[in-house]
Amino acid sequence: MNIEYLGLKEVTGSIVIVQGVKDASYEEMVEITLESGEKRAGRVIEIQDDIAVIQVFEGTTGMSSSNTRTRFLGKALEIGLSKEILGRTMDGLGRPIDGLGDIMANVNWDVNGNPINPISRKYPRNYIQTGISAIDGLTTLIRGQKLPVFSGNGLPHDQLAVQIVKQAQLSADEHKDFVIVFAAMGVKNDVADFFKRSFQESGVLQKVVMFLNLANDPVVERIVTPRCALTAAEYLAFEHNMHVLVILTDMTSYCEALREISSSKGEIPSRKGFPGYMYSDLASLYERAGMLKDREGSITQIPILTMPNDDITHPIPDLTGYITEGQIVLDRGLHQKGVYPPIIVLPSLSRLMKDGIGQGFTRDDHPQIANQLFASYAHVQEVKALASVIGEDELSDMDALYMSFGKNFEERFVAQSKDENRIMDGTLDIGWDLLGILPRDELDRIGEEVLDKYYKPKA
Amino acid sequence: MEQKGKIAGVNGPVITVRGSNQFQMLEMVLVGKEKLIGEVISLENENVIVQVYESTTGLKVGEPVYSSGEPLSLQLGPGIIGGVFDGIQRPLKNIEEKSGSFISRGLDTESLDSSKKWDVDIIVQEGDFLKGGDIYALVQETELVKHKIMIKPDLEGTVVFTAKNGSYTVNDVIVKIKNKYDDIIDLTLFQLWPVRKPRPFSHRRRLDKPLVTGQRIIDTLFPIAKGGTAAVPGGFGTGKTMTQHQLAKWCDADIIVYIGCGERGNEITEVLEDFPDLIDPKSGKPLMERTVLIANTSNMPVAAREASIYTGITIAEYFRDMGYHVAVMADSTSRWAEALREISGRLEEMPAEEGFPAYLPSRLSQFYERAGYVDNLNNSEGSVSIIGAVSPQGGDFSEPVTQNTKRFVRCFWALDRQLAYSRHYPAINWLNSYSEYTDDLEDWYESQVSSEFFKVRNHIARLLQEESKLMEIVKLIGADILPEEQKLILETSKLIRTGFLQQNAFHDIDTFVPIEKQFKMMQAILYLHEQGANLLGKGIPVSQLRKTGIFDELVKMKYNYDNEHLEAFDELYVKIDDLCNGLIESYRSFERVNS
Repeated sequence: MNIEYLGLKEVTGSIVIVQGVKDASYEEMVEITLESGEKRAGRVIEIQDDIAVIQVFEGTTGMSSSNTRTRFLGKALEIGLSKEILGRTMDGLGRPIDGLGDIMANVNWDVNGNPINPISRKYPRNYIQTGISAIDGLTTLIRGQKLPVFSGNGLPHDQLAVQIVKQAQLSADEHKDFVIVFAAMGVKNDVADFFKRSFQESGVLQKVVMFLNLANDPVVERIVTPRCALTAAEYLAFEHNMHVLVILTDMTSYCEALREISSSKGEIPSRKGFPGYMYSDLASLYERAGMLKDREGSITQIPILTMPNDDITHPIPDLTGYITEGQIVLDRGLHQKGVYPPIIVLPSLSRLMKDGIGQGFTRDDHPQIANQLFASYAHVQEVKALASVIGEDELSDMDALYMSFGKNFEERFVAQSKDENRIMDGTLDIGWDLLGILPRDELDRIGEEVLDKYYKPKA
Repeated sequence: MEQKGKIAGVNGPVITVRGSNQFQMLEMVLVGKEKLIGEVISLENENVIVQVYESTTGLKVGEPVYSSGEPLSLQLGPGIIGGVFDGIQRPLKNIEEKSGSFISRGLDTESLDSSKKWDVDIIVQEGDFLKGGDIYALVQETELVKHKIMIKPDLEGTVVFTAKNGSYTVNDVIVKIKNKYDDIIDLTLFQLWPVRKPRPFSHRRRLDKPLVTGQRIIDTLFPIAKGGTAAVPGGFGTGKTMTQHQLAKWCDADIIVYIGCGERGNEITEVLEDFPDLIDPKSGKPLMERTVLIANTSNMPVAAREASIYTGITIAEYFRDMGYHVAVMADSTSRWAEALREISGRLEEMPAEEGFPAYLPSRLSQFYERAGYVDNLNNSEGSVSIIGAVSPQGGDFSEPVTQNTKRFVRCFWALDRQLAYSRHYPAINWLNSYSEYTDDLEDWYESQVSSEFFKVRNHIARLLQEESKLMEIVKLIGADILPEEQKLILETSKLIRTGFLQQNAFHDIDTFVPIEKQFKMMQAILYLHEQGANLLGKGIPVSQLRKTGIFDELVKMKYNYDNEHLEAFDELYVKIDDLCNGLIESYRSFERVNS
C-alpha cells in the first residue's frame, strides 16, 4: 500500500477531497504529508467512485490543492495497548505526549470497537460508594453504569468529578480500587491541569490514563478522543479484569465538533443544527459502559456535559439522558446559595439504583428512605411556591415543618465539603435525622417495620 | 447466489452499487467480500442504493455485491418463542457463539435452530384440501405456547403425503401438497415471509374486549382494547421503559413481542434476567415462555434498527394467524423514526419537519394500522395490540413523532416529568391522557366486573378534574381558606392519587392488580368520600376525619389486602362506619356538654 496521491481536489474546513483514488476503504486511516514534510492523520468518511472524502484530524491549515501527498494506510484507526498505559498521558489520538516514550503495545485495537451483544451483558447490580451523600443516598452509582453529570458553565462539575475519582471505592467492605480513564475533549488548559494536579495530590496518578484534546487542539481530533479512551477502558476491564471508571469531559465540546464536521460535509441538520445521527453516535460511546457475563471487570462512565444556557431540553443533554442510565443534575440556584455539591436531587436519577441498593448491598432501609426523601423534598417545592405568594409566616404548621425539613436537607444532606468522604451508613443516618423533623404520619413511602427500626422524631 | 454489481460508493450505512439493472426493489443482497446483509432501497438510473444492516467500515469501491433474488424475509416457525433476535431476526445467542461478547460482521447465522428436533403432531390426512392459513401440524413449542404450523397464505392444494407424527427439524418435509397446476409443494415446519409485507386476514372485528394490564390507571381510567393501539410518550426518566416492562409482564395477551429498538443494552439484559423468574399469574409458567425479544440496541447498526419494528410486527401477525392474542411493545418508536431520518439524510432526500422525511406520518400509520382484532384466514380469531413508546425531544410533545403518532393511536398515556420528579409512578398524567376505547369497552366492564364500574370510574375521574381546578386556587391562597366541601375533595383526590393511581412495580402484591380489586378500591375510596360528606352535613370538619388516620389506612389498602381475598374489603366498610359513628357520637356529646 505505498501509492501516494499528489494534490487535493478540494479543501473545505477540516475536510479534503482526493480524486483518482483506487482501492480506498470506508473509514480507513490516511496520512497526509505537507510540503514542509509535516505529517497529518486523517480518515475516509465517504467514498464515491474514485473520489475519497477525508476528515483531517489536525486541521487543514497550510494545505493547498497541489502541495500535499496522501497515502492510504489500509486500516482503521487503531491504538496500541498494554498495561503500561496506566499512569500515562496521551493526546486526543492516543499518542503519548508525556515525554516518556512510546507505549510497548501488546495489542492494537480498532478504536471504533464493536457493539456489545446484549445477551453477553451482565446486569449491573452492585454499587460504588462515592462518599457524596446526594449521590450515594439518592442517585446511587452502580458498577457498570453510565451516569452523566449535567452541569452548566461556572458550576463546580470538575471538583465533583475529582472528588468522585478520589473517593470512589467498590463498597465499604470491598477495598478494591478503581483505575481511571480520563478523556478531555475541548477542555481548557487550566482545567486539564487542575485534573492532573488533583490526581497527583491524591496519589492516584499511577492508576490514571489521560487522553487530552484541549480547547486549542484540532476540533476533528475530538471525535476520536473518547473512542481511544473507551478502547483503553475496554482493554483494561475485559482483558485485565479491572474496574474502570471513565470520565468524559466535556461532551458538549464533543457534540459541537460533531456538528462542525457535519455542516462542513453539507449534511441535512436536525435540531439546532446537530446532525440527525447524533443519537446513534452518542450511543456508540455511552453503550460501551457495562459488564460482561464471562469477565470480572467493569466499565463505569461518568460523562460530564455543560448544558448550554442551563437548558436541560437542549439536544445534547436531552439525547444523552435518553441513552444514559440516569443523570446527576447540578443547579445554579443551589450553587449561588453556597451549597456544594450543588446537586439538585429531584431531576437527578439513577435508573440502576433499584437493583443495587438495599438488603445485601447497602442497608435494608435504603430504597424506602430514598423514596421518602424524594417525595418529601418534592412537597417542599410546592410549599416554597406557596410561601413565595402568601409569605412564610402564613404557612400552616405542617408546611412550616416542611420548610424546615427542606432547608436542613439542602444544608446537611446535600452539602458537604470537598474532602468529606461520608460512608453509606452515615449518609442514611443523616437522612433519618432529617425525616425526624416530620411527623410519622407524613412518611407514607416507608413501611411500618422500617419506621419502627429507624424513625426517631425530634421533640 | 450470483454476483450482480460492484460497490461504487460508501456513505455510512448507505452504499451505491453499479453494474446491473436486474436488482429488484427491497431485494436482499450480500455486500462485499464479507457478505454483509443489505437491502435495496432505491433504484436511480444505473445506481442501485442499498442500506446495509451491519457496520460498513472497511468496504471498498469495486467489491462485489451478490443478489439473492428474494425480498428480506423472516423464517417463521418453532423456535421463535423465548428467543432474542436482532433487528433482522438473527439470534443473538448464535451471534455470541460465533463472535463472542462483541458483535462482529458478516456472520452466517440461521434464524431458527435447524438442529433442534420438535415433537410434531400432524393433523391433516392425504386427500384433505388445504387453503392459505390452514393448520397442518402442531408443535408444543413451550409449555405456554402451542405452535400451529400453517400453510402460507398464498398457497393451496390437496395433501398427497404426510409424514408420521414424530420428531422433526424445521427443515424436514412433513407434508406435501399438489396445487391446481399439479405441482408438488413440500411443506416444512417453517415458512418464509417478507419482513415488510403485512400478513393477510379475512376481516377486522370491532374492538370490544380490553387488554387487561393489572395497572390501575390504565385499566380503569385509560383502558386499551385487544387489537388496539396506544402511545406512551415521555421525556427521559419518566418511566416509559418501566411502563412497557410492566405491560409485557402482566397484560393478558398470549404472546408478547418486545421490540427494544435503539434503546439501552442493559434494559434487554434486565428483561433477560427478570422474565425467566417471573411467573404468569394465570398459568403458573415462566413469562419468558410467551415472550419474543427483538433487541437492536442504540449502538447496533442503524439500518437494522429501522427493520426491527417490521420484524417484530410480522412475528406478531404470524402468531395472531394461529388464533392468539399478541401484544407488541415497541420501545422506542422515536428511535425508529430517527433511523428513518438518518437513512433519509444519507440519501439526500428533501426533509420535512426537523429533518424527518416527509413520509414519516405514512410510515407511522402503516405501522399502527397493522394492529387489529381479526378473523383469520383459517377462521380462528386473534389480535395484535401495539403499545409504542415515544421519546419526544426535550420532553416536548409538540415534536413531529409525538404529534404524528397521536393521529394514529387511540390511547395516549402521557408521562409527566413533574410526577416522575416527585416519584409518583406510573407517571401517567391523568389530565392530558386519554383513551378512545372507553365507549367500546363499556359493555365488557359492565358484564364482567360490575354494572356500577363506569359510574364509579367516572366519579373518580371527575374528582381528579375538580382537584386540578382547586389546586390553582390553593397555589395562590393556600388550602386553609377553602370551604369544607372543597377540602374534602382535596383529601379524597389526594387519596386517589397516592392510594389508587400510584402503583408500586416492585411490590409483590401491587405490581399486578386484578380489575375486581381495582373496582373494590375505587368503591372504598368513594364510600369514604360519601361518609365524609355526611359528616360535613352534621357539622364535623374534614380535619376531624383525617385525624382518625382512615385516609392513611386506605392509602395502604393496596398493600394490606391481597389480590385473591377481596371479601376482606368488607372490614374496611365496617371500620369507616365505626369511625364515622364514633365521630358523630363524640360530637353530639360535645354539643350536649356545651349546651
